Amino acid sequence: MQTVTTKSLCERAASLLGEGTVAAVLGWKRGEFDYDLTPAVFTAAEELTEGFIYNDFSGANLSKYLLKKTREIDGKILVFLKPCDTYSFNQLLSEHRFDREKVYAIGIPCSGMADIQKIRKIVGEGITAIEACENSLLVHTLYDDEPISVSCAEVLTERCLNCKSKKHVAYDELIGDEGEVLTSNRFDEVEKIEALSADERFAFWQNELSRCIRCNACRDACPACTCEKCVFDNPNSGVQSKAPGGEFEEKLFHIIRAYHVAGRCTDCGECSRVCPQNIPLHLLNRKFIKDMNETYGEYQAGEYDNQRAPLVNFSLDDPEPSDVVKGGFDRA
Amino acid sequence: MLKCTLSNIDKLFEIVSASMPLYLPTEDKNGAVFKKWQPGTVWSNASNTVKGPKDLFFPQSEDLMAFKTEGKKIEVIDTRTETEDFAVFGVRACDVKSLEILDRVFLTEPRDSYYASRREHGVIISLACNRPTENCFCGTFGIDAAEPMGDVSAWLTDDALYLHANTERGQAFTKLIADLTEACDDSAVSAQKEKNRKVMKRLPLADLEANAFGGSKTEQFFHSPQWEKLSESCLGCGTCTFVCPTCQCYDIRDFKTNNGVVRYRCWDSCMYSEFTKMAHGNNRNSQKERFRQRFMHKLVYFPENNDGIFSCVGCGRCLAKCPISMNIVKVMKALEVDTDD
Repeated sequence: MQTVTTKSLCERAASLLGEGTVAAVLGWKRGEFDYDLTPAVFTAAEELTEGFIYNDFSGANLSKYLLKKTREIDGKILVFLKPCDTYSFNQLLSEHRFDREKVYAIGIPCSGMADIQKIRKIVGEGITAIEACENSLLVHTLYDDEPISVSCAEVLTERCLNCKSKKHVAYDELIGDEGEVLTSNRFDEVEKIEALSADERFAFWQNELSRCIRCNACRDACPACTCEKCVFDNPNSGVQSKAPGGEFEEKLFHIIRAYHVAGRCTDCGECSRVCPQNIPLHLLNRKFIKDMNETYGEYQAGEYDNQRAPLVNFSLDDPEPSDVVKGGFDRA
Repeated sequence: MLKCTLSNIDKLFEIVSASMPLYLPTEDKNGAVFKKWQPGTVWSNASNTVKGPKDLFFPQSEDLMAFKTEGKKIEVIDTRTETEDFAVFGVRACDVKSLEILDRVFLTEPRDSYYASRREHGVIISLACNRPTENCFCGTFGIDAAEPMGDVSAWLTDDALYLHANTERGQAFTKLIADLTEACDDSAVSAQKEKNRKVMKRLPLADLEANAFGGSKTEQFFHSPQWEKLSESCLGCGTCTFVCPTCQCYDIRDFKTNNGVVRYRCWDSCMYSEFTKMAHGNNRNSQKERFRQRFMHKLVYFPENNDGIFSCVGCGRCLAKCPISMNIVKVMKALEVDTDD
């Protein structure tokens, strides 16, 4: 359960709208069920009362929408940001991707988001309602007379299990309690893959990426992917963004994308959240983050709104390429 | 009606596989997917597969032909391989219906010989839904999940699989497994259907109706102010189109090789910015227009050209997979409100 209520956020948003501080509110909108929320723009108090919701399924990171919405909407936009979203917000500011003056950011605490797929694995299909209790969720289904209680910890999304920070690194106003930067275990999975032999690693990614259907949702949701026109959407580029052209092309796409966002990826986890095929794409990004940390010193993209990422920076202490790449494969 | 006890089901798969490749739902890391049966494959009775059986008839990417150049000579090479007979087991009622919708597109003149060949060689064994999900709304489009069609209809009870052949191809299939089945009356199946229909009535989307939509409704919905709100957070990804069992748009491209060209086709998505790009550019420049196209096609344009048949079967995949949880149900409800005003 979240520690701030939908009602309190709604009231604050309505009052900022009412007094004219903001012209629109970027938040999450109720769906057909309790878990299928849609990012939405609200421009009136009644719209907020009717549709706005902040619950354990408000996972969508709203910061990327600011690119488009700040251009479309006259006046300031209120955006609600969870701690991890504020890193994306800062990173986008570093890259001058939207006008800070047009945004009113409210930081809101997050006790972790629930993964509907993990819930389905426990309770099965046919979820009709989910009630949030303090440390658990009561799940009503079509096939069980009594609701099933699942603990929130058990159904946390992967990225929340490895939460890197409960601290907001950017906001105009904070609602609820401020948290701290956490020591996470987010590189554990990466280390496991690093420990594999080259062939095993290849097989691991081959298996994961073979499921890719080239829907491009990872790219489209990624706050670091903000090119006005993606190279993969250019029919003259010689590559097809929509054709899984065999095993090679999917790897190419995901690896190119991981390289392109290296140093700019805040590890918000949207890529893996939106993947309809459950490919653990965040592991590629985390590998790059880990390598950069080890090579150039600890660096967290989005920690500040004006920092230079290791790969676009230079210092005399930088290691030589030969120190980093030993050369050759570890194939026997 | 034929009965096969559940304890014999793997044997059934084995016998079918001995004479033709058999595809059936099996659990993958991402949920149930249609895969070719091999010894050891465990059939999944999941409510539905992540993607429908569309890929088996209309693969996401396939080579159409090749051109070989030598000096000024161009040779056209037919790269098609002979399609072999195959069986698909466990196709839900919605997905069976989706193939009929694809048939209307691919089997009318000019007939798509690639698709047609696979359809002619495939035998569909459907399976009634005992446990539909909250996202299911096939009833909206007149589909009865308790009465799935296909070459063979099948029902599952606690201890047996019941089969009924609907076509000649279906009869050939049941003949194949004759040793494992015995004739029986309809009582067990009738009871199961009754049970299933009770569940259907309790589905959260059971009351959703499509009556407001259909051919000749273009004027009514095209300029609806709802499109702006509905599409405002659409990412423009292709998830809904690629998991949809009825989406049928494709693109044809040439791939240059060292001494020629391979011409292939791949699924396309109306959600993509370069979709149907023409010499003058693109005719839908905003995500709102692209988004509108997808739903207008399913709910208005397709029925307009196909005797009132909608090109949605209520399988619920877009509800389950859209990254921002925007989907055809929300669109229908919002547009209907609009007509009420």
